[in-house]
Amino acid sequence: MSVLVLAGTADNKVSKSAFEAVSYGAKLASDAGTDFNVIAFGGASSDDLNGLGAYGAKAILVEKSLNNTQPFQMANAIVEVAGQVGATMIVVSYDETGKAVAPIVSAKMKAGLVAGVVDYADVSNGVVVKKSVFSGKAFARVKFNSDVAIIGLTPNSVGAKEMAGSPDVKDANVSMGDARISLKETKKEDLGGQVPLPEAELVVSAGRGLKGPENWGMIEELANELGATTACSRPVSDLDWRPHHEHVGQTGLAIRPNLYIAVGISGAIQHLAGVNASKVIVVINTDPEAPFFKAADYGIVGDAFEVVPKLIEAVKAFKANN
Amino acid sequence: MKILVAISKAPDTTSKISFTDGDTKFNEAGVQFIVNPYDEWYALVRALELKEANGGSVTTITVGSADADPIIRKALAIGADDAVRVDAGPTDAYFVATQISEYAKDKGYDLVMVGKETIDYNGSQVGGLVAGMLDLPYLPNISKLDVAGTTATAEREIQGGEEVLEAQLPLVLSASKGMSEQRIPNMRGIMAARSKKLEVVPAAAGEALTEVLDYSLPAAKSAVKLIDPENAADLIEMLHSEAKVI
Repeated sequence: MSVLVLAGTADNKVSKSAFEAVSYGAKLASDAGTDFNVIAFGGASSDDLNGLGAYGAKAILVEKSLNNTQPFQMANAIVEVAGQVGATMIVVSYDETGKAVAPIVSAKMKAGLVAGVVDYADVSNGVVVKKSVFSGKAFARVKFNSDVAIIGLTPNSVGAKEMAGSPDVKDANVSMGDARISLKETKKEDLGGQVPLPEAELVVSAGRGLKGPENWGMIEELANELGATTACSRPVSDLDWRPHHEHVGQTGLAIRPNLYIAVGISGAIQHLAGVNASKVIVVINTDPEAPFFKAADYGIVGDAFEVVPKLIEAVKAFKANN
Repeated sequence: MKILVAISKAPDTTSKISFTDGDTKFNEAGVQFIVNPYDEWYALVRALELKEANGGSVTTITVGSADADPIIRKALAIGADDAVRVDAGPTDAYFVATQISEYAKDKGYDLVMVGKETIDYNGSQVGGLVAGMLDLPYLPNISKLDVAGTTATAEREIQGGEEVLEAQLPLVLSASKGMSEQRIPNMRGIMAARSKKLEVVPAAAGEALTEVLDYSLPAAKSAVKLIDPENAADLIEMLHSEAKVI
């Protein structure tokens, strides 16, 4: 018996969600009294990988030649390593990479996969996990009935817990099979140092209430001052006021930041489906009847063009005093 | 080009979610069921566009009991040529994928398309599972798809942008927003759907690897705390000292 965690990487760096997945795996291994191994792909530096030790990683196997565009090869490598270390529980952060890879591992190992897990597993009697269902409107407790359990952990659901330790990093030496997908082009915009949305703890989002793309300066400034990531509603991305990757909601990204500030978004049910797992929601809207206020923790009924500049000043003052 | 599109029945987005039998079953009373939006708007419509451009056929497959027939008829009304229903409850993603793979394995489909997730269980699993079971390349979460000859070119949204991927048919892909626009079935389509073939096949041997023990609803939110716009600045202090998020 042992726990195997996939530590995701992107752009030759360990992803933020990997720290949470490793910390989750460390707790799982300790609760179940088993060994614990980590596998990582891509060209993250040893220093970067060593950083996972502070979240409980002891043994890290790395296959540098693989990248996130090859779900099949990643899955093959995971299956092989899982066999070598006798993994009975596999933890994968259920981000874009996890969604691509984990189902293939499930098929190849005949291992049950529960996707969208939001809390620690109960291993007192088999393996039972809690997952989000109905687009965030309910939860289900799900039991695994397979020899190997794959836990698809929703990013930013339990957080990463620091602990002491330095890991032993080794090459994985696995056979991965042929690459069947070729990456032709990567079109990336500069995120200006923002944390990617699925991993962001603080998010400032805006909608059609802002009236036009030229008015996003204050949203970006508020996000910058807070160290937050910017997001938007569907109409705004459909109108090309903002890039598609900023769209949160039913058809865009589902996120669960600690703080979601919604400016000029009415809160249609499709939008809420993507953000209702946020820990604290702030809604700023001129319309007191906007449905979003029902889902909000804090609300300001007012004009964004007056309120947001005040918030920017308040954040600056707050930072100066803290 | 021969395309198989997996279609799943899902509760309408605006449905009120509640449970029965000691919170172990989803309460379907009064719930309007629809074709899972990702399966319909993106996978099915793009499949039809590819067929219209290149010739071929579009078949839908659904794992479910007869109560899924209305949503299957809707898919036929939108334009699918024929439909298959595997007559079994969709117990978990592994079971559903087993049924789709068993049906598809010897029929020579060039493309197997699924929506990126269902809006009830939100698993994003069936596409990857079917690819794994059939040992075909998997293009996940695709927002744009073109096919020339036997080569598929696809765009996938990644953090902060897109990547362009290429793979050879046959393959499996999951569809997300951007692939195509929703099509509303017209009267002719609805009439034609009545006489299109909906084949019901028995389930292949297969098992579910996971099981729902029970459901719960999130704790009710306390009422929103309203702040006067004049004192907007107070919000930042509250977020720090009260909500403790900054």
